[in-house]
Amino acid sequence: MKALSENRKAALLSILILVVGCLIWEASIPAQKAVGELTEYELLTGGGQPKAGVPPPSQVLGKAWEQLSNPFYDAGPNDKGIGIQIGYSIYRVLTGYALAAAIAIPLGFLIGMSSVAYKALNPFIQVLRPISPLAWMPLALFVIQDSEMSAIFVIFICSIWPMLINTAFGVAGVREDWVNVARTHELSALKTAFTVILPAAAPTIVTGMRISIGIAWLVIVAAEMLVGGTGIGYYVWNEWNNLDLTSVIFSILMIGVVGMLLDSMFGLLQRTVAYTE
Amino acid sequence: MAKSFLSIEQLTQRYPDGQGGEFTVFENASFGIEKGEFVCILGHSGCGKSTIMNILAGLAEPTSGVVKMDGQHVSGPSLDRGVVFQNYSLLPWLTALKNVTFGVSARFPNWSKEKVIEHSTAFLAKVGLTGDAIHRKPSQLSGGMRQRVSIARAFANEPKLLLLDEPFGALDALTRGTIQDELIKVWSDTDQTVFMITHDIDEAILLADRILLMTNGPMAQVAESVEITIPRPRVRNDIVEHPNYYAIRNHLVHFLAQRSAELSGQAQTPDQQPTPVRIDLTDDAETEDPEPAKPVLRAVEG
Repeated sequence: MKALSENRKAALLSILILVVGCLIWEASIPAQKAVGELTEYELLTGGGQPKAGVPPPSQVLGKAWEQLSNPFYDAGPNDKGIGIQIGYSIYRVLTGYALAAAIAIPLGFLIGMSSVAYKALNPFIQVLRPISPLAWMPLALFVIQDSEMSAIFVIFICSIWPMLINTAFGVAGVREDWVNVARTHELSALKTAFTVILPAAAPTIVTGMRISIGIAWLVIVAAEMLVGGTGIGYYVWNEWNNLDLTSVIFSILMIGVVGMLLDSMFGLLQRTVAYTE
Repeated sequence: MAKSFLSIEQLTQRYPDGQGGEFTVFENASFGIEKGEFVCILGHSGCGKSTIMNILAGLAEPTSGVVKMDGQHVSGPSLDRGVVFQNYSLLPWLTALKNVTFGVSARFPNWSKEKVIEHSTAFLAKVGLTGDAIHRKPSQLSGGMRQRVSIARAFANEPKLLLLDEPFGALDALTRGTIQDELIKVWSDTDQTVFMITHDIDEAILLADRILLMTNGPMAQVAESVEITIPRPRVRNDIVEHPNYYAIRNHLVHFLAQRSAELSGQAQTPDQQPTPVRIDLTDDAETEDPEPAKPVLRAVEG
């Protein structure tokens, strides 16, 4: 009962902060002067045109309603619905991420099981890991010759490291006792890997996957700003070029919401593989 | 001499001592265990009990010497030799039942799913785990419950040899007593050959047919094999009344407190078997001396 009331208190406080924040934002936007009050000079210099400025939250909300009520329209290369743009981004993130997982998890298993493999590969990992994923972009564009694939490659390269390192760490940390249980039950190497080592290391592996998806979502926005064409990152940049700050703010919020959803999916996965000793 | 069901021949374990030399844990340890026998091994820490256990389980390799079971060389772990580890070694992401079926389906890969579950549930019931408890994860079970699951997993596999590595070491005295009773019950139902490490003299007397005594390490040896001449079924409360109980117990205490140190480090001839010791006062109980001050030590065969 107490926990519920605590949650309710927190929820009320959140709403209060949101409302107050929006009101302050709304109040701090200077109103556009009406045309009638302008001097002739101002009118001649274009003062009557609406000025670009940070839009008030009410406008952003209106934009959100407009966009979300028809998210999948496609009116040419520069005018696609928010749903389509986000869809492109998610497609790129998931493709690059899946490729990274397909390599990082088996390789992480190998590194975790064999200290020779760990020592041999560690220098490469340590040098490659701190490289900003966008630094790969020119090389990727030149080698792959395809902007779409280059963006996917950038996602691949940035999401591989946390998964690789966490998998190796999780596998290396599996308790000797559990491996002995597998050995005394004459399990084959493959069966041991799937029935003992994988579930034992799963919480650590999924933590790595969760970190990776977060990084991938951060990087896709920047990557799409560079490669252009489609995607939520391109959308933000395009709206900036159009000086449509309402759309910019709206898409920033959408990036946050999608990122949160991706993260909470892995949070859910993390809960299902968790165990207490 | 006829070969025992399990025969340990001239087992030696040495480790590098870190200074270029070698450290001998035990040397030329030889003994046998008969089928259906319950044998406990007693000795101080560091005498290599756990090493012997790991070698029997196939989890470690001796420096030299061989272990034969049913005339076959033992090397590497096998489903024929089940192990109950001191720290239970249950897989924490599986429920109690799944931990047992994990073993059973590895042992009997041809069984149907229903049969595996039925068999596992039956063995869990034998150690007193029924109902809701078998669907809980190890973290939701007490230490005693966890060790019950571990024992059920080992017995359900019906191995030719069951190895118990201080299975009750981490349990409180009351729980330990209950599970010892359950262990006897399961064992007498199955005629399993059991080899068990323990630190607890009373536990060894209650459970074992025979107790192997080890001298202190380094250069430890299996010095004596003491037969427990108390008839089964043994009940904790009654065996202390048995005339042989304190005689055997005194002999064991005396060995561990004094002779294990005195005998330590003596070179042992290869192939030397532990000296059999049989203490039985029941024949003498009716004779002129009703309360003999000293236990009678008699070597049989030898």
